[in-house]
Amino acid sequence: MPHATPAPPRPATRTLGAAALVGAGITAAVDEIVFHQLLAWHHFYDRATPRIGLLADGLLHAAELIAVVAGLFLLADLRRRRAVAPLPAWAGLLLGAGAFQLFDGLVNHKLLGLHQIRYGVDLLPYDLAWNLAGAALLAAGTVLALAARRGGRAGPD
Amino acid sequence: MPTAPAPHGGHGPAGGWPVDPSAPLLLLLLAAAVAYLAAAAAQRWTPRGWSGRRCALWLLGTALLAAALLPPMAEWAHRDLRGHVLQHLLVGMLAPLALVAAAPATLALRSLPVRTRGAVAGVLRSRPVHLLGHPATALVLSTGGMYLLYLTPLYAAAHAHPPLHAAVLLHVFAAGYLFTWSVAGPDPAPRRPGTAVRLAALLAAAAAHSVLAKTMYADLRPHGSPHPPDQVRAAAELMYYGGDLAGLLLAVALFAAWYRRAGRAGTRRPTREAIRRGRQ
Repeated sequence: MPHATPAPPRPATRTLGAAALVGAGITAAVDEIVFHQLLAWHHFYDRATPRIGLLADGLLHAAELIAVVAGLFLLADLRRRRAVAPLPAWAGLLLGAGAFQLFDGLVNHKLLGLHQIRYGVDLLPYDLAWNLAGAALLAAGTVLALAARRGGRAGPD
Repeated sequence: MPTAPAPHGGHGPAGGWPVDPSAPLLLLLLAAAVAYLAAAAAQRWTPRGWSGRRCALWLLGTALLAAALLPPMAEWAHRDLRGHVLQHLLVGMLAPLALVAAAPATLALRSLPVRTRGAVAGVLRSRPVHLLGHPATALVLSTGGMYLLYLTPLYAAAHAHPPLHAAVLLHVFAAGYLFTWSVAGPDPAPRRPGTAVRLAALLAAAAAHSVLAKTMYADLRPHGSPHPPDQVRAAAELMYYGGDLAGLLLAVALFAAWYRRAGRAGTRRPTREAIRRGRQ
């Protein structure tokens, strides 16, 4: 019922956006720690990497660093104003994580050819698992975001 | 003549210097620490006071500089590119972060007599300082300087001539300090550009830093140095992750300042949602 809450859902949108930044940053950090450092599946530099790929990767890497810090401070600011609801926060976290995972799997690994998930193996199952995981996170985030929108409109909260 | 590096310890601790520079350097750093603490102690008696956290940051910054420049590290940095990278990370990024956060210019302005204070404030507001302190200028001086050092014969030249390396280190420190201050310094910065411009400068610096580190890894830069390939690759990785750490800390400094400002503004303008929740 639209007349129940006349206030615009801006804090919810901002929560979702800030949480998405954190989600993307966390996925990037997990990628760096688990696949680059612990498993050493990914390579720091792949001889097949084109120069334009290095530039794109550098920009993306810098953006991830800043995104996670920006997201955490934006969330802290919203929390201080008591404007964080759990549903949009989880939706944003999953959307950001899924979008980053899918972007990494499709653009970084395939389009730019920065590095592959693993070397010396048949890549198809790895690529499928990587991108399907991204799509699943994205789908879960979308479901939660829709639920958050319905919840925000329906009741007095 | 083969370009074998001179054996170390042969010329005394400074390797190539006419006089050992570590004693005057140590004195200079001690003087900086004592001067700051004395000014801070004098401020303690005023109503506004001076924060102990800032004193600790200043001591941390001077200690990091001492650790980076005194003989044990300086000699490792000459022998080994990993040592060189660590030295430059400390001198150009981590020490400046601590020193800038200690707000030495604010402390100096408060400690000076009123007439001198006006003159210093005038200099801070002047056009040259405004241009020099712009994040874009600071970005070119700091990150541009690194590209020059590692992608041109400058590194080999500085490696062979200690006074040139000292000049390079001085530039690395000054440019790093300028960049840190222009992006996230608490010291007065009249006509400083807004958060978006400073974030863009930080993004560009972090991206350029990681591209340079991967280029060094891929092309085994700097050329003309006596360092073996494995050492160069390890140094490039150290540079990449060290740069990440510094970029992360600088982003935290920038957003922490934004958070404090937003908090002061927020006490006047709470969001509608917060008001609604507050009434429940």
